[in-house]
Amino acid sequence: MNGQSLKQAGRPARPAVAALREIDPTKVIYLALAATLVIGWVLVAVDGGDFLTVETIVGIQQRSAALGIVAVGQTLAILAGSLDLSVAYLISLCSLVAAETMAGRDGGIAAGVAAVLAVSALVGLVNGMVITRLRVHAFIATLGTALIIKGVVDHLYDGPAGSVPDSFQRLGYDRIGPVPVSALLWAAVAAAAWFLLRRTRLGHRIYAVGGDEEVARLSGVRTDRVVVLTHVLCSVCAGVAGLLLAARLGAGAPTVGTDGGYDLESIAAVVLGGTALAGGKGGVAGTVGGVLLLAVLDSVFNQLEVNSFFKDVVRGLVIVIAVAVYARRRKGRQI
Amino acid sequence: MKRTLPILVVLAVLLAAIALVNPFFLEPAGFLAFVKRAAPLVILAAGQYFVIVSGEFDLSVGSLVTVEVVVAARLIDGQESATWWVLLLLIAVGLLVGLLNGVVTTALRVPSFITTLGMMLILSGAVFLWTGGAPRGALSEAFRTFGRGNLGPVPWSVLILLAAGAAAILLMRSDFGRRLVATGDNERAAALSGVRVARTRILAFVLSGAAAAITGILLGGFAGVSAQVGQGLEFSAITAVVLGGVALGGGRGSVVAAMAGALTLEALFTLLNLYGISGALEFTVQGVIIIAAVAVGALRLPAWLAKHPPRKQGDTHVA
Repeated sequence: MNGQSLKQAGRPARPAVAALREIDPTKVIYLALAATLVIGWVLVAVDGGDFLTVETIVGIQQRSAALGIVAVGQTLAILAGSLDLSVAYLISLCSLVAAETMAGRDGGIAAGVAAVLAVSALVGLVNGMVITRLRVHAFIATLGTALIIKGVVDHLYDGPAGSVPDSFQRLGYDRIGPVPVSALLWAAVAAAAWFLLRRTRLGHRIYAVGGDEEVARLSGVRTDRVVVLTHVLCSVCAGVAGLLLAARLGAGAPTVGTDGGYDLESIAAVVLGGTALAGGKGGVAGTVGGVLLLAVLDSVFNQLEVNSFFKDVVRGLVIVIAVAVYARRRKGRQI
Repeated sequence: MKRTLPILVVLAVLLAAIALVNPFFLEPAGFLAFVKRAAPLVILAAGQYFVIVSGEFDLSVGSLVTVEVVVAARLIDGQESATWWVLLLLIAVGLLVGLLNGVVTTALRVPSFITTLGMMLILSGAVFLWTGGAPRGALSEAFRTFGRGNLGPVPWSVLILLAAGAAAILLMRSDFGRRLVATGDNERAAALSGVRVARTRILAFVLSGAAAAITGILLGGFAGVSAQVGQGLEFSAITAVVLGGVALGGGRGSVVAAMAGALTLEALFTLLNLYGISGALEFTVQGVIIIAAVAVGALRLPAWLAKHPPRKQGDTHVA
């Protein structure tokens, strides 16, 4: 009984102690987000525009919803010490599966959603099994899966295919006041992931596996199972993003995932949010901040009509600088 | 050698399979044409090997190759006289980008995955910002000779590949090579035994940058100027290195195996083409084979080393 309660108390201690010892990167990212909003507002105002309009705010949410959902899933995989490079192609595949299954019928929505969830969970399962059972490095395993999906999608489709019914398209465009439905979906996914990580056993195990797999294994965590589960969840998030993009496009598109660069971009957003790439440290709140920061930057640049190539340069700089700042704060520890 | 053998066997099998379908492959001209096509990726893989064996990643090489080609085209703009100083400049750009990657990774302690991912965005953004969105200008004939010309019967790129390969092997046999592997195997132990870990890693990134510059020069000649010339090359190079049995996470594997991995990958593409699996399904086959090859490599280890304790556990997992 005593040992049991000790163990219970011991589990959440690791992230908590870590948070005390180091300044929380989540705070840094939200400070940076606030600063970016202010600077953006000033810059746009000087330029003669109006930054904080309903239109911009809706735009920021719309832009970030799909990436946000993928990044939440990616956070789980990265926290467990893994990563997923297959999400971009999986998103394309899922948009096609959704649109082909629905085929424009209202009655097909349930089947389409179910098919997407099944396909994405299966891909995640394959990723997880290849990593844990065949002991292939996550980088290579998910890169291989990405190539496999790319081959299948490119072989079967040359361009947009299928169609989703109008009622499903409302997922992409409807909004409640200033809040788009897609942003609500993102918020729900993020909240679920937050709950999973902070309040459930699996969440604590994910941190434990990412922190030190061997120690976690010796403490009785079935580490392989945790890694597989995070990959299933990560892929399902990508599937949901695929559904959202299908709703927005009204059809499935074989390049929608790669055009958005969701693979590397989602990893960048996660790391921007202060989650350590090596795993075990960070969380969903930071990721949400990271995605919003990227979206606000995008929005400011759009309003200022800055060259899109300049955007890439700034984005690259922001990511590297942010991670360098976090590394400073974790003095004496290699991430 | 024991670690190089499996990939050499796979390579030999693939080459034999190609020769069966296409006898021209056995003639010197046919084989040299294959090596010429493979040379850029092999050199890039050798560069990536230095970075990977030291325990890091270099994701920036693909866009660096694009940058090299686009910069060369704009600066040369068809003038033969500009060729030589542009070549020097391109090598300098490669070295500089590698130096930046290395310094940011070691001094600012940013994980190399992020450093080089950021560099990839910065490079591709910057170069098209400079040229206004699309490649401009043209390469000179002298410049293109390296990628597609011949010296007697032997293509220039094959000669450059041989020189680069020899240099890579010599480097790995030198003190630097041992320090590099020691750094990737156990950073702390290497530092305690007097290796300047940061300097060693920076040099690895510089070598990768130089390799990307040479690859850019060869590809510019071979394939011409386009905005997509380096697209995805970073993943191909990493795949090639891993195919050669080099462990992600560092400390394991040989540069010869890494280069053989690149040749194997190229042979695989050739074979798939010959068997009519062209176009999209090629990617699927490639993906399956990469996973399978790495899985077989990982599975074989415990059986081999059953009598000896494994030297490093968990090196198949994320670095």
